[in-house]
Parts: sequence; C-alpha cells; structure tokens
Amino acid sequence: MPNMRMTKLPAREQDPEVRNKNFFEVSQGYDEEMAVDEAKRCLNCKHKPCVSGCPVNVRIPEFIQLVAERKFLEAYEVIRSTNALPAVCGRVCPQETQCEEKCVRGIKGEPVGIGRLERFVADYAMAHGAAPAKPLPDNGKRVAIVGSGPAGLTCAGDLRKLGYEVTIFEALHTPGGVLVYGIPEFRLPKQLVRDEIKTLQDIGVKIETNMVIGRTITLDELLEEEGYDAVFIGSGAGLPRFQKIPGENLNGVYSANEFLTRINLMKAYTFPETDTPVQVGKNVAVIGGGNVAMDAARSAKRLGAENVYIVYRRSEKEMPARVEEVHHAKEEGIVFKLLTNPTEIIGDENGHVCGMTCVEMELGEPDASGRCRPVPKAGSEHRLDVNTVVVAIGNSPNPLIKNTTPGLETQKWGGIIVDEETGKTSRPHVYAGGDTVTGAATVILAMGAGKTAAKSIHEELSGK
Amino acid sequence: MYRIVKKRALHETVTLMEVDAPYIARKAKAGQFIILRVDENGERIPLTVAGTDKERGTVTIIFQKVGYTTKRLDCLKEGDSILDFVGPLGKASELEGMKKVAVIGGGLGVAIAYPQAKALHELGADVDTIVGFRNTDLMILIDELQAASKNLYIMTDDGSNGHKGFVTTALEEQLKAGVKYDHVIAIGPLVMMRAVCNLTKQYGIPTVISMNPIMVDGTGMCGSCRVTVGGETKFACVDGPDFDGHEVDWDEAIARSRMYRKEEATSMERKACNLMDVDLQTKRGGN
Repeated sequence: MPNMRMTKLPAREQDPEVRNKNFFEVSQGYDEEMAVDEAKRCLNCKHKPCVSGCPVNVRIPEFIQLVAERKFLEAYEVIRSTNALPAVCGRVCPQETQCEEKCVRGIKGEPVGIGRLERFVADYAMAHGAAPAKPLPDNGKRVAIVGSGPAGLTCAGDLRKLGYEVTIFEALHTPGGVLVYGIPEFRLPKQLVRDEIKTLQDIGVKIETNMVIGRTITLDELLEEEGYDAVFIGSGAGLPRFQKIPGENLNGVYSANEFLTRINLMKAYTFPETDTPVQVGKNVAVIGGGNVAMDAARSAKRLGAENVYIVYRRSEKEMPARVEEVHHAKEEGIVFKLLTNPTEIIGDENGHVCGMTCVEMELGEPDASGRCRPVPKAGSEHRLDVNTVVVAIGNSPNPLIKNTTPGLETQKWGGIIVDEETGKTSRPHVYAGGDTVTGAATVILAMGAGKTAAKSIHEELSGK
Repeated sequence: MYRIVKKRALHETVTLMEVDAPYIARKAKAGQFIILRVDENGERIPLTVAGTDKERGTVTIIFQKVGYTTKRLDCLKEGDSILDFVGPLGKASELEGMKKVAVIGGGLGVAIAYPQAKALHELGADVDTIVGFRNTDLMILIDELQAASKNLYIMTDDGSNGHKGFVTTALEEQLKAGVKYDHVIAIGPLVMMRAVCNLTKQYGIPTVISMNPIMVDGTGMCGSCRVTVGGETKFACVDGPDFDGHEVDWDEAIARSRMYRKEEATSMERKACNLMDVDLQTKRGGN
C-alpha cells in the first residue's frame, strides 16, 4: 500500500540563524528511513507523467520503487543511465516546475519529493562506492567539448559511454563551470561537484583546464589540426549585464558573476588564508530577482553584512527565482525591496559606493515576456544607504567563440543558433547547447541540451 | 603545471621568467596577456606577455614584486612550476599601418612597451622609444630597446641616468622640435599614461594605452576590469587591453586600481611569514 500522506516529507535543514553565518550546506537531505518513507508515496503510475517533465528523462517511478525496496545502489544505476550528474540535479533542479509539477500526487496534495529522493540516492551511492559505469569499447572517433559546465559534462559523459574519445576544454583552472564559480557551497558543495566530475574522469573523459577556446586554440584548429571529428560548444552565458545607470563602475559595485566567482571559485570567504579578497559592506544591495540574486544575497549575509537587500523592480510573483530559494533567503534575514528600481549608484570622495537612489515602481500591462511591465511612480525617489552593490540582472553568452569562428551563426543578442532537435549549428560537425544557445537558464536544461547533442553527434559519427 | 625554464632578476624588485607554455607561445602577440595562479590558494593575476619563443615553446613574463602574489611568484625557482597559466588573453595590439611612432614606457611598463617597439620595428615602422625610471638602478631592457628603436631616450626622476625628468618632458621636447609622430603608444603607471595623453591631445596625435586592471577570469566573465572609454563601459580583458588614451576616464581607472589596497596590506601582513618560510627554504635549497 502506498503511503497516502498528503505532504512531502521535509528534508533536514540547518537552522536559519546558524546557517546564515556559515557556508555549509543548508539542506541536509533525507536519511534512509526518510527516503523509504517518502518513496512509498509514489503511486508508480503507468503513464509516468513525471518522466515527461524531466529534460533528461530520468526513469523516475522505476528508481523510486527501488528506493522503497531499499535497493539504493540499483536506484542509482537507473538514474545514472540517463543523468550524468544526479547529486547536482537532486540539489539545484527546479523540480517544482518539472517532474514534480506533473506528479499525480500533486493534484490533491504535495507531489512526491522526487528531487530529494534523487539527491538521497546519489549521495548514498557516492558514500557507498558505486561501481563506475562501463563505457563501450573505443570506437576511434574523437570529440572535443568546449566548457565543463552541466551541458559539456553531460555531453561528454554520454559520448564517452558510447566509446568516443572525449576531451573537455575548460577556460578556468577548475572544471565545473557555473557549478563551481556560480552556485555557492551552501547550495551545492564543491566536493560533490568534484566527485561527480571524477566519476566521468574514471570512465576516461579527459579534461584540459586553462584552455580558452578562441584564444589558446581556435575551434577550427580543433577540427583541422587537432583531428577532432566533432565539437560541442557548451561555453555558457558568461558575460554579465549591467543596468547602464550612473555609478556602476564605482568601487564596491560587483557583477554577480564577479562577486560569486570570488567567493565560490576563489574561496574569498577564507581570505586571507586564501589570497583572493571580496568586499562586503555593512549594507549590501543585490539588484535582481533570480536565483543568482538569491545566491549573492545569501552569500553576502554569510560574509557578515548586517543588512542585505534584494532590490527588484517587479513584485514577488514575477520573481524568476525558485520559491524555495526565496523562502530560504527570507528565513536567513534577507530584506526584499520589491517594486523598487535603482536609478543611480552614489559614490563617496574615494570613488566607493555609499548609497543608491531608487524609485518605486507599479505594474503596468504585460510585456513581451508575459510579465507585467514595471513603470516608475512619480515622486517616489528615495535613497538606500549601501556600501556594496551586486548587479544580478542576467548574463549574455560570451562572444569569444562567436568572434573567432567564421561561419558560426548567432542571434542578435549573441546566442549560438542551433537546430533544437539536434543541437546542430550552422557549421558542419559543430554542435552547441546550454546557456550559450538559450541565454541564462537552468542546469538541467543545459544538461538536456548536452544530451541531445551527444545523441546527434553519435548519429553523425556512427553514420546512422 | 607550467615549468619555469629560466628565471633572472632584472634588478632588485623586477624579475623575468620564461615559462613552458607551448600553446600560448604559438599564439601570443604583442599586447596580449596571460593570467596565472601560483598555487592552490593563489589569486589569479594578469601579466602582459613580454615575449615568446615559439621553438622552445616558452612565454616570457616580467613582473614587479609589489604585492603578495608577485612576491610569492618570485619565491619560485628555475625548474619549479606555476600551477595555472592561461592565455593569450585580450586583443593583440593593432600595429599595422603605423609609420612613425613614439613608444613610451614607464617603470615596469617598459617590459610591456618593449614587445610593441619590437613588433613595430619588425613591421618596418620608425620607432622612437622614450623610457622613464625612478633611477638608474631600476632600468630594464635597455639593450633590447636600443636594438628596436631608431632613437632611445632615457629619463630618470633623479637624473642618475639619461636626462632628469619624466617621459612627457622628453616627448614634449621632440614634439616642440617638430618631430611628427603619426601614433604614440604609452604603457606604464596610470598617472604616466594620463600625462602622456594630456600632452598628445594638444598635438592631436592618436595615442594608444594599455590598461592593466584587476581581473579574475580574464575572459569577459566577471567584469572586474571595467574601464570607461568614450563614455561607454568596456572590459579590458576582452575589449582591450589597448584603448584610445584620449577617451579613457582616468580618474575612474585610478580609483578602481586602488580598490583592494586594504586587503593587499592585510595579505602582506598576515602572510609575511609564508613568504619568509619560502624564502628560507629557497636559501637552504641554494638557488
């Protein structure tokens, strides 16, 4: 008999007032008993609506049944057969708009905690030493992957399992892309990212760090001189946007990319033990309402800021951040200044931020994105006293590869143009996927795109 | 890991290293830079490529021991390795078409001005080089510059070598004497580049400067290296490092270069012992 409890079993969490002072993981996940209990809520529906909500089609009911039977390592094998990074997805996927949104249990109550179960299984398997996947015998074909973020890692893993020789080229000194420079330790521990990447290296995926494609070596050279049969571009959306308001170049103003990279990749939270500093003032404003803005705000709080404000020009309903992230941020004491838009950042005599002028907004007619367009309220100008400003209003694709690869067609805003079904670009043997195609989106969509491209590359190179 | 194949002290505070990095050596052009990280806890710092040897696959860097990271780098010996070394980053200098050029270098900037003078010389341009140092003990690359220049003018703050005065003194002398430069290239401390630009603006001579701001990734991802040029924000790492000097917002650039002064002092203070430890090991190791 299934467990007919209407609610999802909550995961264990660090207390908000404790965790907002440390970088340890917020969620402590399920233990075995909790996982089995939650797994029993799954009805094992024949038509599996949840699977269709998953960009990488994890066979969800199948793995959950195995959890209910305490066959955790077998459950892991089911997940891993379609998902290269289960421990990551279990933590950062927006399940509420994907698999869990389609869950039948969600109609009358809360859906099954699919994400939490995936995380439990992945963590269990890593702790209990699951055997590495077995790739097919080498087929003699070589594929180069540009970028070691979620898209690149997924594409690499899938192709390696099919017997391809796969090399990932990463511009930074550490592989993982946004998983290491963007998402903070307290949401996604870096040791876990390293472990997931190691499972790929264990099956023979090669990773070359410090290789900037377009600079150190061009895409054409990979194909023509280095002898790769195909290239997948998963270089992400790494170019930060600014609002173009006065004062954005004052000291103390960061792009979210820089702020988070200093903290996550460069470990500025242990400065001066580590060498890279980051400045966090007493009062911090984070501009934007997405997951990245939440990450920046929660990081600033952990680094000792007394008052951290999320400054967002629409209302909470329009916020692109996951509900869970907004909830966690509020619990940790982040103050939300909604329907507020900065118009100028003010500096002191040393060129350092000391305040920000804002106007209140009200919502007008829906715009192209379907969200209500915010318009300024007359006479609502006011000043917010802040010493640090983090701009988290989005990223554009990095133009480096576009600018150094003749014939690679891109959108006006910089995204690489691909055939959605296959990931094929305008250049033969060149595929792309993830944020470099879509603009900033989610880890799992990038993984889905990496998977699609791997399939097409396999079809092309195996002559199918 | 990137092996240091050669290390040479140019003087007490400036060191030259040749680093084994064949991919970068094959590609790097004048004006481009690399980013390095000395060790696992290290920060990423940009350094301009001072030269390459394509056959040996080495890249030359020249750095001044000003902060914790450069001092830490200087603790490494020949045969040791730098953990990370990535490049070539930034756009190469656009030197084609320049005919009569004044290349101006100040202090460590001379190390960056040299590859430009050399490249121009090889392109057949007429190169006058003006270099400025605080005193004669701090001079670097004089023989190399001599070989790449039609005229070399040396200026020192205290008059201990060449003429006493600043690089602008020498440049103004030439301009007043009627020498017609079609371009000026100025590389050095921000205040020096600003002074050169103020002067060349009066004479209407296009002037290219090279920015060396604080960076993290060096590929356009972080925006730490923002510089306002002609009223627009540019990223020095991907849009530069060369810019039209007459359009640069120098006050902003100078303020930004000072952003982490306090943290730099903390680093030096808290970790001076690390440097001393390494120093002692180095001495015991007998290099």
